[in-house]
Amino acid sequence: MFRVARIVIQQQVKCETIPIRSLKMSAVASAQAQVAEKPRAKGATQEDYSFVMNLFRGQIEARQVFPYPNVLNEEQRDTLQMLIDPCEKFFSEVNNPSKNDTIEKVDEPSLNGLWELGAFSLQVPQELGGLGLSNTQYARLVEIVGANDLGVGITLGAHQSIGFKGILLFGTPEQKAKYLPRVCNKEFAAFCLTEPSSGSDAGSIKTRAELSPDGKHFILNGSKIWISNGGMAEIMTVFAQTPVQDPKTGKTVDKVTAFIVERAFGGVTNGPPEKKMGIKCSNTAEVYYDNVKIPIENVLGGVGNGFKVAMNILNNGRFGMAAALSEKIAKMAMLHYVTESMAYMISGNMDSGSQHYHLEAAISKCFASEAAWYVCDEAIQIMGGMGFMKETGLERIMRDLRIFRIFEGTNDILRLFVALTGIQYAGAHLKELQNAFKHPTANLGLIFEEASKRVVRKVGLSSPPSMDQYVHNDLLQAASELAKSIDSFGESIEMVLIKYGKSIVNEQYILNRLANATFDIYSSAVALSRASAALRAGGESAQHERQMAEAWTLEATQRVAANLKIVSSGRNLDNFTKMSSIAKNVFKAEGVVQLNPLKL
Amino acid sequence: MARVLVGVKRVIDYAVKIRVKPDKTGVVTDGVKHSMNPFDEIAVEEAVRLKEKKIASEIIAVSCGPAQSQEVLRTALAMGVDKGIHVEISGPEYKTLQPLHVSKILAKIAQNEKVDLVIVGKQAIDDDCNQTAQMTAGFLDWSQATFASKIEKGDNDITVTREIDGGLEVIKSKLPAVVSADLRLNEPRYATLPNIMKAKKKPIQKLTPKDLGVDVSPRIKIVSVEEPPTKQPGQIVPDVDTLIAKLKDAGLC
Repeated sequence: MFRVARIVIQQQVKCETIPIRSLKMSAVASAQAQVAEKPRAKGATQEDYSFVMNLFRGQIEARQVFPYPNVLNEEQRDTLQMLIDPCEKFFSEVNNPSKNDTIEKVDEPSLNGLWELGAFSLQVPQELGGLGLSNTQYARLVEIVGANDLGVGITLGAHQSIGFKGILLFGTPEQKAKYLPRVCNKEFAAFCLTEPSSGSDAGSIKTRAELSPDGKHFILNGSKIWISNGGMAEIMTVFAQTPVQDPKTGKTVDKVTAFIVERAFGGVTNGPPEKKMGIKCSNTAEVYYDNVKIPIENVLGGVGNGFKVAMNILNNGRFGMAAALSEKIAKMAMLHYVTESMAYMISGNMDSGSQHYHLEAAISKCFASEAAWYVCDEAIQIMGGMGFMKETGLERIMRDLRIFRIFEGTNDILRLFVALTGIQYAGAHLKELQNAFKHPTANLGLIFEEASKRVVRKVGLSSPPSMDQYVHNDLLQAASELAKSIDSFGESIEMVLIKYGKSIVNEQYILNRLANATFDIYSSAVALSRASAALRAGGESAQHERQMAEAWTLEATQRVAANLKIVSSGRNLDNFTKMSSIAKNVFKAEGVVQLNPLKL
Repeated sequence: MARVLVGVKRVIDYAVKIRVKPDKTGVVTDGVKHSMNPFDEIAVEEAVRLKEKKIASEIIAVSCGPAQSQEVLRTALAMGVDKGIHVEISGPEYKTLQPLHVSKILAKIAQNEKVDLVIVGKQAIDDDCNQTAQMTAGFLDWSQATFASKIEKGDNDITVTREIDGGLEVIKSKLPAVVSADLRLNEPRYATLPNIMKAKKKPIQKLTPKDLGVDVSPRIKIVSVEEPPTKQPGQIVPDVDTLIAKLKDAGLC
């Protein structure tokens, strides 16, 4: 109980930092959007093509969801086909997941095999020694890894999904040429952000790097915890506070900067491997930096831009997780279908150059990790006593899976991130509307559009935004259910904004419900999109897919309705207040508040 | 330094359960996983090792079959072969393609490419013919060393250890020669992902039997393809006496 309360409180504290973070993030996203896609509307609000983002305005932004992306060309498909076989062969013939779990490291022959196979450099450009795979191709191979050994998956992921991803995304040509060939050739990389005091919050790290008197080096001091591959990494992406002079005020403030740090620089040491509940074969350790001399050319992404670098790496890396987990839940066909559809939709969006996938990636990470957990639990239940035994192998999978709901942004924090980012986007649009009212003649069109939307809602003529044009004819019924959900979701957001305004950040129970509704709407849209594609192609499994998409959408839209009802109903709001007060009491008492019934 | 030619056949993967088509004209191949004939993989591996030991200068792989045969050529290229030759044969002609045709094609290519050594798998796991190496040597009038479990190169000859019924036989044969690979010759490597990517840039030459002047018209007619008879279930007998009695009844002892 005490622990539960702690988590609640901690989240409330974290919550304060989130709006700032999401503000920064959307600034990054829209800045990149300007380069990649020409924004449609100039003015206060940037258009965002994310389906989820626009849900918060009750709008259907279909371009990233319908039709289901098919981004592999003939040649990429051929290549992928050729790569799948040796990967599957390797995992069935060489790697032994239960041995890795027992010895708490990846067995030497297996690790060497993975290096030789090229599994550590899937997305490094070919000319620098890697395979140069697209996100979709990467997702497919990671699916094989996840299906076989999640611990190995973490070792690989900590290396390439986050470890050197910063160099891929932000590195200068010189940095890429220097480091990428090395990370393809038996030198481990690690992503070093987390500190005891910071958790998921990049802004509050304590590790510092200061410019040396001669201006040629940064001197790094501090320590990091829970670093995957921390005990083995030679090349690390390290985040540290650096003093930066504000050009306007002339004051010196601390800003986070990312660095490429080599163990060989000296002063880098690490603690023993952590003892963990699951993913035991992956190496997790503390890493210490004692007066490490980093050449200034090893600053990654510019001094003071560390926050942006960290967020982009994490957002970019998150999508792979859904792919890795999808295979684990094959038994629960529907959840599997939805998770898999999400994973490849997002990788497809990313491959076609979209920058607007951050909310979707966050959703897929939460969704996949929870679905996999649920299914593994069910599988153990079905097996009865056998399921509990080590030999069956499910207990290892369950232990391995547990961490996926925690790391790379805990699911709780990601829910808040999704809800708050969306609400903020919707709020900006509301503001635009308010501004429009100041010059009504100039903005007549906008006002009429919004006004008529509201009148229709008030009069009760339900004419929700239509999705008919996006789905196959057989799925019209389900699509109209979903469209209704989207409409009432938009309405709820508006209500919430009017009722709470900025203080919505303190209403975590509401934010959670809204996030869950988002998950259900997005997952349904994805399922409908993929099933529509299947029905159009007319393959063998098309009708099966149709049934799954229909069943899922029905369940999901019912959950949306229930969640939104709770958000809007006063009685439940009252209960949220009670629960929040209970948590505060427990925290104050530092334990259970009441005595036991015997009062002894 | 020798030039080496290897033959690679695309067959239904060894792990797949074979199903006969309802019309009994052949086995189901659509949507079924295919891979390189395992004995041909051994042949490729041996050639690559010869190249690594600087005995071979260039390795050429040949595959005869439909467009998908290029998949096994790509695998061979990823394992270390330098160049692929795809002899396209599809449709009804491919169904009745026999070692006789294939060995004529291999012999012709061996002459055109001026190779010193041909290595093929001892047999394919789909038709189990075990004829191609022998016939190729025949058409070329070269020496042959079949069922090799060890190959050593001399100055102008090779010493081959062969697996025969009674044990091992060691023979010396002049070059040029045709060798067929047996199971214990080596353990083939995995094609690594970077090598698969590199293999995409290696050349595959496309030829037809006509280009080589080989007639691939059918010499056989497929009458019927059928499942082997299902095995009768066995029974457990209480003691040795009953067993002997039963065997006697069946006329087996």
